[in-house]
Amino acid sequence: MEQLGLAAGTIVAGVFGCVAWFWGANLLLDTLWPPRGPDAGRNILRANMIRPWLFVGPAVLFLALYLVYPVLNSAMRSVMDAGSREFVGLENYRWLLGDAKFRESILNNLLWLLVVPALSTFFGLLAAQLTDRIGWGNLAKSLIFMPMAISFVGAGVIWKFIYDYRGEGQDQIGLLNALWTALGQAPQTWLALPLWNNFFLMAVLIWIQTGFAMVILSAALRGIPEETVEAAILDGANPWQLFFRIKVPQIRGTIAVVWTTITIVVLKVFDIVFVMTNGQWGTQVLANLMYDWMFRGAPDYGRGSAIAIVIMALVTPIMIWNIRNARKEMA
Amino acid sequence: MGTIAGTRPRLIWAVNLAALILVLLWTIPTFGLLVSSFRDRDQIATSGWWRAPFAAAQTGFVRAGAAPDQVQEGGEYVITGTVLEAGQALRAWGTSSRAPAGFAPGEVADLGEGRRLSVAPDGRYRLSASTEFTETRGMRIFVTTSAPPRITTENYARVIGAEGLGRAFLNTFTVTIPATVIPILIAAFAAYALAWMEFPGRALLVAAVVGLLVVPLQLALIPLLKFHNDIGLGKGYLGIWLAHTGFGLPLAIYLLRNYMVGLPREIIESARVDGATEFQIFRRIILPLSFPALASFAIFQFLWVWNDLLVATVFLGNSADQLVMTGVLRELMGSRGGDWEILAALAFLSISVPLIVFFAMQQYLVRGLLAGSVKDG
Repeated sequence: MEQLGLAAGTIVAGVFGCVAWFWGANLLLDTLWPPRGPDAGRNILRANMIRPWLFVGPAVLFLALYLVYPVLNSAMRSVMDAGSREFVGLENYRWLLGDAKFRESILNNLLWLLVVPALSTFFGLLAAQLTDRIGWGNLAKSLIFMPMAISFVGAGVIWKFIYDYRGEGQDQIGLLNALWTALGQAPQTWLALPLWNNFFLMAVLIWIQTGFAMVILSAALRGIPEETVEAAILDGANPWQLFFRIKVPQIRGTIAVVWTTITIVVLKVFDIVFVMTNGQWGTQVLANLMYDWMFRGAPDYGRGSAIAIVIMALVTPIMIWNIRNARKEMA
Repeated sequence: MGTIAGTRPRLIWAVNLAALILVLLWTIPTFGLLVSSFRDRDQIATSGWWRAPFAAAQTGFVRAGAAPDQVQEGGEYVITGTVLEAGQALRAWGTSSRAPAGFAPGEVADLGEGRRLSVAPDGRYRLSASTEFTETRGMRIFVTTSAPPRITTENYARVIGAEGLGRAFLNTFTVTIPATVIPILIAAFAAYALAWMEFPGRALLVAAVVGLLVVPLQLALIPLLKFHNDIGLGKGYLGIWLAHTGFGLPLAIYLLRNYMVGLPREIIESARVDGATEFQIFRRIILPLSFPALASFAIFQFLWVWNDLLVATVFLGNSADQLVMTGVLRELMGSRGGDWEILAALAFLSISVPLIVFFAMQQYLVRGLLAGSVKDG
């Protein structure tokens, strides 16, 4: 109860505080330079120079403190020792290059990068195309979209149940092993199978991200001008040609957006690996490796930060691409 | 949009079928866990959830009575009893572990030395011998029983009654609500300024927001934790609210600005001409008109904060009274990974709230996604 009170109090205080800040600052501005009287023109001009900064001020403060500062701080820690006390140059990065777990993580992350965005986009495109042509399309869309609302941890439980393993001869309660043994094969501990287990983990993320891809691609497909489709049909295009030669090229921009968005999700993937295998059996990824170095056992902030900076470096090209696109649109 | 000319009936069938397969593939995983969460604990462990509607077979053994239980019946020594528990039905029985289902109900087994055992279909057994029993421990009777399918809410009752879950639920709400409301407020003002006010550096700020959208949050953990410790916040709710506010702001500003830019210029200009202050314009015109965008960001942020594990683990700590739902679920996966009845029920409790929000407000979610992503051509 006390906790509820605290939460309610904070919401009220936070909301009130925000409103008070914006309202009060405005009032102050209007009192200092009133927009009337002999100097009205000059006052309005002056107030209008300051006012935007009152509006964006809190946001800029938060962005600087909670996103920009950590990037710089991490970069600094990555060239210092475990306790961030002494400068060690590129020692942590040199260590990374020689570390077997890091190499495994990088390779796995690359594998994730190749597979997850591609398959999510593919299934999303397929789902969009199919659900747009059936009577119960909205229901189908809802159901495929639903995993989006499920936490990575919840999804981890759901899929771990599918991969469950019981000894040979026992009734398999995991769906995958039940199907596998029905084919006459011996049951497998799927999450411990080298290399393959990575794909079983990726399936979880694909399952979650396909709905996102579907929603966006479906809207893009609907936005295609009807004339282009009709002209192609009149010219005798079959459904495959219509889809791959006429429709897909027209939504290429949207496909790129979906692809890069999922790529970013993949680079940050943590929870799925964390709860399902915790990086054992050759499934380690960068984000989980970083967590290990920062929070498990004796923390090594230098190495952890170096891994974080590697993730940042991998994200940077997409960041630049996004900014350039946004500027082009604004111009 | 099934208006494509030349669509053939067979193609329509194929499309429906393919869509059905896709939908099944995407729903079966969740459905399996949902079914399991309502099944009996023993049945989950011994048969797949897809067998839930059918009787579950189980093999085991019961011990027959021993010497003290015998009675004398017309020159024979007899021990009687039952092998079944309430609700079970007998399928087969046997006298050794090599053939645990060697006899059908009602048959009589000759055990040698004048001893005979019979088990009736109703589960009553009769062990008879011509000489007195001397064993102090009864013989084993192997039985294959089938129990009727059991749908139960016991798992949920157990999980809800368990220590700490109510607390975790409350914790999650305590984290989520302010972490959703505060960024909306801050972002709305910033988005308005970025969309409708002229000032130097505006384009640069917009670019910065777009760039910050993709900054991996992992980078922020240690520096911010240290920062919170330095200013005396430590681990606690205030810290996690601020962290989620910071992490959510780029998306909030981006979505809201994109939406506000699209509002009709005339309304805002005429309000300015009429002498409305910027604050009035914002409150009376921009906020009400931007409701759809505000709602869609609110849903995003709510889902994201509710489902988050990493930020909560780092900024809130891991003692029992500080765990959020995802944290409890994670702990249980580690400590009781095989107790599917508990995991299933708990997982469903934890995803029920986001699922309700999702289905109730899907339209806004979709609109929000589209606002940020669809490009022409």
